[in-house]
Amino acid sequence: MKRLLALVAALCMMAAHARAQDVPLVADLSNHLVAITTGFTGTDVLLFGATDGPGDIAVVVRGPAKDEVIRRKERFGPIWANANAATFRDVPSYYRVASSRPLEEFAPEALLSRYQIGLDAIHMIDANENATPESNADARKALLRLNTENNLYDQGVGAVTQMSNRLFRTELHFPANVPTGTYLVEVYLFREGQIASAEIVPLVISKIGVGAEIYDFAHGKLAFLYGLISVLLALAAGWVAGAIFRRV
Amino acid sequence: MQIYLPIAEMSVNIFLILGLGGAVGLLSGLFGVGGGFLMTPLLIFIGVPPAVAVGTQAAQTVASSVSGVMAHMRRGNVDFMMGTVLTAGGFVGAGFGVWLFNLLKYAGHIDLTISLGYVTFLGVVGGFMLAESLPGVLNRRPVALALAARGPGRHLWMQALPFKMRFRKSKLYVSALIPLAIGTLVGLLVAMMGVGGGFLMVPAMIYLLGMPTQVVIGTSLFQITFVTAGTALLQATVNKSVDIVLALLLLVVGVIGAQIGARLSAKVKGEHLRIMLALIVLAVAIRLALDLVITPSELFSLGGGDGS
Repeated sequence: MKRLLALVAALCMMAAHARAQDVPLVADLSNHLVAITTGFTGTDVLLFGATDGPGDIAVVVRGPAKDEVIRRKERFGPIWANANAATFRDVPSYYRVASSRPLEEFAPEALLSRYQIGLDAIHMIDANENATPESNADARKALLRLNTENNLYDQGVGAVTQMSNRLFRTELHFPANVPTGTYLVEVYLFREGQIASAEIVPLVISKIGVGAEIYDFAHGKLAFLYGLISVLLALAAGWVAGAIFRRV
Repeated sequence: MQIYLPIAEMSVNIFLILGLGGAVGLLSGLFGVGGGFLMTPLLIFIGVPPAVAVGTQAAQTVASSVSGVMAHMRRGNVDFMMGTVLTAGGFVGAGFGVWLFNLLKYAGHIDLTISLGYVTFLGVVGGFMLAESLPGVLNRRPVALALAARGPGRHLWMQALPFKMRFRKSKLYVSALIPLAIGTLVGLLVAMMGVGGGFLMVPAMIYLLGMPTQVVIGTSLFQITFVTAGTALLQATVNKSVDIVLALLLLVVGVIGAQIGARLSAKVKGEHLRIMLALIVLAVAIRLALDLVITPSELFSLGGGDGS
């Protein structure tokens, strides 16, 4: 309840601020840091904001870019094995777009493509030499489908709620398998087929606590020491268990 | 209750992991096998990246074999000379295996290699066990006896090999190349498939080398302990694929399961046990084989460098 009150207060202030300063768009997140702890099962972050009048809102969340390899299985005799792979450079590891109504109803395709708004607008170029437009399109569709199945990509039409043409809000979901890094939450205000205003809010997703320390230890310079400790722990555990059960 | 595995980078139900660890531990105690050959495919089935499943399983095998080897050492059932030669070969194979694993991972063929490896080895081992146990139950004449009766010394080509060594405890005078080769093959299996390799080494020691049966188990456990420890160290350093949280969860329940299994095994007939194990092994092999042959519902897969 307290949080809700604070949120309402913040929204009111933002609306007043937007009108007073003549800023067309203000937006913020309920949380700027998502901590992945040992019990992490996914979380929701609230994005809220205000506009200085009517308009359509599109929210894009982008995770850190990475190279994605897509493999297609083919039949070799009786068995199915991975054959040709497509490599897409700098694809977002996480991508979520939310809007109040279908994107194409309020934004021209050229703008959507330029700002990579919407799953179909994400730029993907196959870095492989022998890639054809057909194989590229297939691999692209597969990447979108697989990442959507893994809850890493999503296009939510109607996910943004607007109130009295001033306030808007949307829940952004981050699943348990969310990649870590710095995310950018982009908020676009569309009016008459143009971007009237835009704002970018950063969001950090990082591992916190014992899990993070183990990960850093295992991936750092002391990886050998981590391995040694793991083996010694395993030896000790096995020896202790054997000793206990020998007595019983 | 969910728990986040820091190296596998995934969130799993802790009771699922504990249940799997306990069940496989029970089977390994019941049948006197390592259990890695069941645990690794199961971990991959629930979504653990193959590299992490294999690396973690190596660490877990260390724990499950160390108390066994110590018990055998107390009873003097370990041929240290033979164990050392087997271990040396094991390190060579493990080093090569970790390198090959990486190569195949980046080429996108590691899942297929692991599956093919399991189908082949589990199919052969399960088939042999079934063939050996069935006659024992049906007309009380195990094939193993017939095989053992043929005995060592029949392999004349083995006698012609150089670098002969005397293994006092095993009462053998054979070329060091044979245990070295067996050890290398087992090390390769540890690094690539996350199994201890006992199911391959024990028959090889009995039928190929002709070692006396009372030192076979202790000596093979000696090799497995050192080779899995070395492999876990290598996997952790090179591939960063040993998940200590997952390993500890599995080994705590695995050890308890194994002790209960060992106690239960006294109450079940040996031949029936072997047939049950053979059927389980064959079932895993068939399941993996079907996955390779049936047209997949999803032809595409994502795999950065992580082989998943």
